[in-house]
Amino acid sequence: MKLLYFAWIRERTGHAEEDIEVPAGVETVADLIGWLKTRGEEFEHAFENDTVVRAAIDRTHVPLTAPLKDAREIAFFPPVTGG
Amino acid sequence: MIRVQNEDFDIGAEIEKVRAGRTDIGAIVSFTGTVRDTAKGAPISEMTLEHYPGMTEKELERIDKKANSRWPLQASLVIHRYGPMKPGENIVLVVTASAHRQAAFEAAEFLMDYLKTNAPFWKKEEGPRGGDWVDARESDDEATKRWQKPAKAAE
Repeated sequence: MKLLYFAWIRERTGHAEEDIEVPAGVETVADLIGWLKTRGEEFEHAFENDTVVRAAIDRTHVPLTAPLKDAREIAFFPPVTGG
Repeated sequence: MIRVQNEDFDIGAEIEKVRAGRTDIGAIVSFTGTVRDTAKGAPISEMTLEHYPGMTEKELERIDKKANSRWPLQASLVIHRYGPMKPGENIVLVVTASAHRQAAFEAAEFLMDYLKTNAPFWKKEEGPRGGDWVDARESDDEATKRWQKPAKAAE
């Protein structure tokens, strides 16, 4: 599965994107965040406050409770600030 | 129509393209968002807009379609830039054209409100203390929410 990170989440994790194998038991976006946080300080820091983390599955906004199912691309980013 | 681009745009030329050869348009509304030179009282030397290529286009298409299904528009155009920009530069342009002004005004505001809360763009401002990611504003969420109630009643 492809993971993408944007804005300060990208800066904190130190990754713009990466390919991962989703471990067993990780079924929702929130589960994935929980697992990512175990991967090191930089991920813990990036996801320390999940009220300011937004996610998209295959380029569509989803709540953190969304199931991953057959997702190919998951993106994590802060609330958007365009316009 | 939507466009996501790094380069600047010519507001006048874009509006002319929207109306070219048409006589069924009675009202054209345009909104331009530009880079301010201050944030929270501090000067801004540059602003960088990051976006999510692929999703940005998808979201803008969705929002544009929504506006066109809700108001009788003869044309609509959304252009949003990404990359580094200086104070005074253009960031975003929304143009709506309709037979009468109300639809054009409302649709332009709707497009901007939805764009603000849904299109995957992030602003980083460069000031005297370095770079700062702009925080999302609750007032933007409220602005989008106000379109949601009447929409449901009408559908």
